[in-house]
Amino acid sequence: MATFRIKRFNPEKQAEPYYEEFQLEVPAGATLLDCMNLIKWTLDGSFSYRMSCRSAICGSCAVKANGHALLACQRQAEHIVDNDETITLEPLGNMKPVKDLVVDFTPFWDKINKVKPYLQPKEAPPEKERRQSQEEFLLIDDSSTCIMCGACYSDCNTLEVDDNFLGPAALAKAQRFVSDSRDSKTLERVKMLSEPGGIWDCTHCAECVERCPKPARPFDRIKEIMTVALDKGVHNNTGARHALSFFNSVKRSGNLNENRIPVESMGFFNIPGLLSLLPVGIRMFLKGKVPPVIHHSIEEVDDVKRIFKELDQ
Amino acid sequence: MIQHDVVIVGAGLAGMRCALEASKELDVGLLTKVYPSRSHSGAAQGGIAAALGSSEPDSWEEHMYDTIKGGDFLNDQDAVEEYVKAAPRIIYELEHMGCIFSRTADGKIAQRSFGGHSKPRACFSADRTGHAILHALHEQLMKNEEKVKIYNEWYMHALIVDGDRCNGVVVSNIQTGEVEVMHAKAVVFATGGYGRIFKITSNAFASTADGVMAALDVGIPMEDPEFVQFHPSGLYRQGILFSEAARGEGAYLLNGKGERFMETYAPSRMELAPRDIVARAEQSEMDAGRGIDGKDMIHLDLRHLGKDRIMERLPQIRQLGIDFLGIDCITDCLPIQPTAHYSMGGIPTDKYSNVILDEEGTRMKGFFAAGECACVSVHGGNRLGTNSLLDAVVFGERAGKSVLEYAVGIDYGNINEAQEKTRVLEKFEDVFQRDGSESYNDIRDEMKEIMMSHCGVFRDEERLNVCIETLKGLQERFKKGKVTDKGKLFNTEIYEILELGNMLSVAQLIATAALRRKESRGGHFRTDFPKRDDENFLHHSMVYGTPDGLVIKPKSVVITKHQPAERTY
Repeated sequence: MATFRIKRFNPEKQAEPYYEEFQLEVPAGATLLDCMNLIKWTLDGSFSYRMSCRSAICGSCAVKANGHALLACQRQAEHIVDNDETITLEPLGNMKPVKDLVVDFTPFWDKINKVKPYLQPKEAPPEKERRQSQEEFLLIDDSSTCIMCGACYSDCNTLEVDDNFLGPAALAKAQRFVSDSRDSKTLERVKMLSEPGGIWDCTHCAECVERCPKPARPFDRIKEIMTVALDKGVHNNTGARHALSFFNSVKRSGNLNENRIPVESMGFFNIPGLLSLLPVGIRMFLKGKVPPVIHHSIEEVDDVKRIFKELDQ
Repeated sequence: MIQHDVVIVGAGLAGMRCALEASKELDVGLLTKVYPSRSHSGAAQGGIAAALGSSEPDSWEEHMYDTIKGGDFLNDQDAVEEYVKAAPRIIYELEHMGCIFSRTADGKIAQRSFGGHSKPRACFSADRTGHAILHALHEQLMKNEEKVKIYNEWYMHALIVDGDRCNGVVVSNIQTGEVEVMHAKAVVFATGGYGRIFKITSNAFASTADGVMAALDVGIPMEDPEFVQFHPSGLYRQGILFSEAARGEGAYLLNGKGERFMETYAPSRMELAPRDIVARAEQSEMDAGRGIDGKDMIHLDLRHLGKDRIMERLPQIRQLGIDFLGIDCITDCLPIQPTAHYSMGGIPTDKYSNVILDEEGTRMKGFFAAGECACVSVHGGNRLGTNSLLDAVVFGERAGKSVLEYAVGIDYGNINEAQEKTRVLEKFEDVFQRDGSESYNDIRDEMKEIMMSHCGVFRDEERLNVCIETLKGLQERFKKGKVTDKGKLFNTEIYEILELGNMLSVAQLIATAALRRKESRGGHFRTDFPKRDDENFLHHSMVYGTPDGLVIKPKSVVITKHQPAERTY
């Protein structure tokens, strides 16, 4: 017997959400979605959530179980119960709850729309197919497995504090076109994706990779866009400058020059940006956290340089 | 009241392809009870057929013959010919839109073998071809968002007709519960199949016959409902799909004795015989006690394909095995059983996707259907694998073209908004007023159970009669079901009840047509009439709902190039 502790919410009846517990004998091999259906069909018909395909391809049934987003149809219930034989079900995060486990996907889809999620081909199509090598196919293979379930969006730590962030799903979708050999707008795409709210606002926590139920692994895709952006010379933004400064600092000295990186990230001629650093600098000074004025290399800096040299080759 | 030149119901492959076409000149409303990307087309795995000849020479003629033989000669051959001829162009257009395909060494669209196809003809995107096409079409709609208004999570309740002309649909917004009338010059149904009536099915919860039953309600017959396809490789007990691509890549089917039993049933094609034959072979083995451990289970053995091939060509299937069963097909066999998969029957249309009203082919004005909900019939008694995605895209596009031809320049028909709305509001009220002495869950379970055991892979007169009586009883009990949620906001319970009503009705149509067809053909097998009977049954069934009950009339099969011949593999 397992306990399902479900966050209930129905604004037609009650303004505030509450938790309700259901006891259920979990049948052998039952998925979490099977259990949710048993609760709905035998215990409380008003329990509301989305579902459709049952085979982890339609992306409808993403919910939070024990604090993390997952696809309910993809996981065996017995693998999710915690030590108290309990599964806590809540709606996805970073989106507005509508009723019980149903959330409003509008902002999610708006952001997908923002990345121009369609092929912008180079020229008029040939009579037959455009040729694409298996290697080129593999560059877009993983991102194309995304099922738009919103699990990554739900648990994204950046979105929790920054509504403006495009989020992992939209960025993974963007990579699918950035790296498509048939697309002509690579430069325009990476420029747009380098703007505030784009790739450089990702905090690299990789929570999205943990939550992704498919091989789409959004953070890996974000890194691929970053690489293309830097390769294409799209450096004129804080994120790219920060990455390059970080890279150069390690290359030169084997560690981070913490005085130089913030300044290089903002840009030497970005006066308002530099001024915005001042309050932080002053607080650091008052707390005695200012790094040494003269930056020292680590002892094994020659080894580091050798590594960089080999990587370059 | 909402108004669009054309309203399309269903946003899978057929609905979205139709929307792209129709929106070239018309204002389009596209309605889906889920979201476009959640449509069940996305669950199709193995491929989409076209005689591209990427790896070995192929022709539309061969594709046509394979399709007709696979359909046990019940296909309308004029439609099949146009359909297979359109296939290469349709695939190239998808590629041009940005759909991703697995590639050959020289960069062409790769193709693999599939059941019943004499050539490697299945174009694919690993083992998620439906998903790749679905998303490519959705991308095109996002690009054209000003031309196609998408209504996510809206439910279609009824067609609005005036004589032989269709003027719109009555719908409701699932999120708010509001009932609305959609006034349109033309309506297109692309509402998919109804596999949910069976206990074991690969179908999504959304596949519930809403479209077919709305058409029947306004006097349109249903064509060939008795032809339901059982897919040979559904996951044991869950029924979800393990693509035929596994066998296309070379997987074996093994019985409890470890034998490749297809040797007995289809020696020349073995595991790659058409689905009806393989599913029957499996069921025969299981019925004879030769299932795995004596259970209703067969083994799908991929082990000899090797890790690299599985990871490259079948990664999703491997993951499904791991997630649902904890079984890795690289090292172990997957337990499978036949699963209700596809409806060959549906709303009758001509080859231009125009819905027809009778066996003479009289057209309904302003009403079109495409994809699984429609019966053209290109699949006859049994559909070949990879022909359904092709059907959805080819006839989705055709429906779009036909709508353009019909609706450009005409006026809206007259409708009585209040009256149409009331009709649906009363349906809701009826559900809320029931006495609550019955459980819808029990009714649904019993329907699925009886359809599987009495109207499944094998049928006979006695079992079908029991099935029909049982369904009548369930329909009576359905009128007394218990509803818990009487709110308007995202009330999924009420929609499940409406869907169950549709499913009970379509189940009755299937069983009734199956009882009348005293022969075995394609997906319909009668153990009491195990042979095909061309003399008496080489015709389609047109099932009409009349005040006196269901009436079935024959509609002739169009035969152009291939006379019916014995069907062996």
